[in-house]
Amino acid sequence: MKRGIGKRPVVVLLGAVLLGGTMLGAAAGAAGAAAGPARAGAILVSHAWIRVLPGDLPAAGYARLENRGDESMALVGARSGTYRRIMLHESLLSGGMSEMKRVSHLTIPAHARAALSPGGYHLMLMDAVRPVKPGDRVPLTLVFAGGSTEKVTFLAMPANASAGP
Amino acid sequence: MTVPPRRARPRRATIVQGLVIALCVAILAGCHSGAPRAWRLTDVRGHLPDLRFRLLDGAGRTVTAQQFRGENVLLYFGYTHCPDACPLTMTHLHQVMVDLGPLATRVRIRFISVDPARDTPPVVQQYAAAFDPRAVGLTGDMTEIESLAKRYRVAFKRGPDLPGGGYEVTHSSAIYVFDTRGRARLIASPADTDADIAHDLRTLIGTEGSG
Ligand SMILES: [Cu+2]
Repeated sequence: MKRGIGKRPVVVLLGAVLLGGTMLGAAAGAAGAAAGPARAGAILVSHAWIRVLPGDLPAAGYARLENRGDESMALVGARSGTYRRIMLHESLLSGGMSEMKRVSHLTIPAHARAALSPGGYHLMLMDAVRPVKPGDRVPLTLVFAGGSTEKVTFLAMPANASAGP
Repeated sequence: MTVPPRRARPRRATIVQGLVIALCVAILAGCHSGAPRAWRLTDVRGHLPDLRFRLLDGAGRTVTAQQFRGENVLLYFGYTHCPDACPLTMTHLHQVMVDLGPLATRVRIRFISVDPARDTPPVVQQYAAAFDPRAVGLTGDMTEIESLAKRYRVAFKRGPDLPGGGYEVTHSSAIYVFDTRGRARLIASPADTDADIAHDLRTLIGTEGSG
């Protein structure tokens, strides 16, 4: 019975994603067109953590983002001396299928919040230059549309951590 | 802004809901003997074949489902290069085991790789055990995994190559519950709560031996 009812949120979600995608596109355009360098200082990053997986498997980076500025901001990726490759990804659950795809940006509207969180947007952290263990503090530089950056320390947590720090 | 044609979707959802409700009514109507068991997950008893596979364990040894009769099984299909969605479900299942307390020894999480090309036996075992110390990771022959997936209507598809190498695999998100005799009993989705999954496992353990 649950499965039938479960269909509805999927439909709503899909609609929201389509609608959201359109709005994100518009917002990214606005952020990119802003005069002068966008101020990443307006973004407050908290609860930044990494889900560490065994061996050299890719890890996922999560954080809460709050935009205290008057301009919309778009996170486009991250850089790190610890991971050779980082991609902004989104996990989607629809029609009983789990899918992970690459996305160009995550918008944090002016005076609003957005999150990189399990089962949604996340930073896919690949090809670590050295093993990352739970408890490690890993510096990452978040990159926003327009070129502004924000240095953030991510706390490495075990694979089965259910929530961040 | 173009408005996507969304009208058709809710209508399909309504039809699906209607069918599901009709099915539930039919099942309840057919259940004359005793009170129907109040499952919180989807009851699939009699609708899917018994658990049967021939795969490789963490040490690369061939193992079959028959060797594991006697344990209730939480079966989930995924791949180890999945750092977000699969860990979320595996963490969820670990939480269910914690909820179960001492009863957890009668349940086993089995993670089956849908990416055997990259998931070698030790890698898939380490991955599964990173979530729950008793979890078992299994991999094997692509044809064997394909036929197993087909039996349980699990779909999976390798995505395009990523820049710099690698790829993603889109896969069914369902969690299958098998009883100690290897019979398919319930299907959970990642949206079901730990409490609901634990509830049904307790019911399943409590009715063991009664048929
Ligand atoms: Cu990802």
